Amino acid sequence: MHVSAMHIPDGFINAPVSAIAGVIAAVGIVICLRGARKQLDEKTAPMAGLVAVFVFAMQMINFPVAAGTSGHLLGGALAAILVGPYAGALAVSVVILVQGLLFADGGLSAIGLNIINMGLVTAVVGWFVFRLVVKMAGNSRPAVLTAAFLAGLVSVPVSALAFVLEYAIGGTGTVPVGTVTFAMVGVHILIGIGEGIITALTVGAVYLTRPDLVYGMHDRLPKPTVLTVNPVGKGAAA
Amino acid sequence: MVAFIFTVVATPPSQFWAFGVFAAFLVAVARLARIPAHVILPRMLVEVPFVLFALLMPFFGSGPTVEVFGLTLSQAGLLAGWGILVKGTLGVVCSILLAATTPARDLLLGLDRLRVPSLIVQIASFMLRYTHVVGDEMSRMKLAREARGFEATGIRSWPVIAQSAGSLFIRSYERGERVHLAMLSRGYTGRLPELTPATTTAADWWTAMILPIAGLAVAVTALWTQ
Repeated sequence: MHVSAMHIPDGFINAPVSAIAGVIAAVGIVICLRGARKQLDEKTAPMAGLVAVFVFAMQMINFPVAAGTSGHLLGGALAAILVGPYAGALAVSVVILVQGLLFADGGLSAIGLNIINMGLVTAVVGWFVFRLVVKMAGNSRPAVLTAAFLAGLVSVPVSALAFVLEYAIGGTGTVPVGTVTFAMVGVHILIGIGEGIITALTVGAVYLTRPDLVYGMHDRLPKPTVLTVNPVGKGAAA
Repeated sequence: MVAFIFTVVATPPSQFWAFGVFAAFLVAVARLARIPAHVILPRMLVEVPFVLFALLMPFFGSGPTVEVFGLTLSQAGLLAGWGILVKGTLGVVCSILLAATTPARDLLLGLDRLRVPSLIVQIASFMLRYTHVVGDEMSRMKLAREARGFEATGIRSWPVIAQSAGSLFIRSYERGERVHLAMLSRGYTGRLPELTPATTTAADWWTAMILPIAGLAVAVTALWTQ
């Protein structure tokens, strides 16, 4: 059995709500584009593209749990910690878009919903949790690992809550909202623990070898010394 | 296609005949595009988890309140389950038809022409272009792990796999930097050149609109006669 990301199919949430979600998702993506542009400049397309590939590949890595079950990462929080909330959300959203258009993963009319839940919400929530914890706990390795764990852990049930909200507004099922909330959040806290552990381990691995690539820490690490060579006769070295 | 799915989603599930008509439309399209059934059927498996959910719907829907309302609620659950099942299935078939008839490049060009921000299209095209490169990298890492005697057995093997994931990220990121430099040295200005300029004619638009319009007609009739 494989526990995989639940993409909402067509017809699960009614048409008006799906359409509105599409508009909200589009606005969110445009905001992310602006932010990513500010951060990456003209490098945005190749960098966000390769991060999207990474998220996509990451979702294919199986993490065995026990007795034949395995799960995989959603990756929103991880992407946000590694490349920042804008580029991270952008990358995950593009992954969902491509999955919807090319691999029939999740309904075409539900693409907006899926982008909100799995792309925007996970990245934004993961980012804020990570920054908050790092701010409180400092720059030590355990602090960064804890922050990444909590970011992954919290991002998943919050994403499930977003789904519950959409279901409450425009759900076509008859299962009462209370039951859905309880089941979704309960299950997703369990999934979130796994997501948190994997996120923390992966961020830890990157932080050990290339701490400069953990964008969540970009303004908290000592700046590398920049050596400049001055031509002879133009004064003392900087 | 998207417009067509919206008309499907908007149709009330109690109008059983309407979905038969929708399904007939899709079969006709598949025939026209000469896509054999053995391409479509296996790919429909992606919706299995939701089929399970739809099948559970009548039970859960009737669960807590069955003593109060008796049979009526479970009927509502049945109807909703049916609605999700049939709409989801039609949607999946639609997506498969779209993916099977349109090469990835054309799909991206189409997005570009539909005024999707070009940056999004570029990111998506990078993703498609490098998926196999990074995927191969990933399977080489897996092979290397196994060559050293590693076996993924349970939660204890997570640190090792996460370590690989971390280096996969670093490799992808650095590849992104190299790709960007290579693009700059070939004169990249922020927009990918369109190699085969294709124009959408009015006739193309009409062909494209046949399905949504037909779908809309069915949906409206279904609502009317409800």
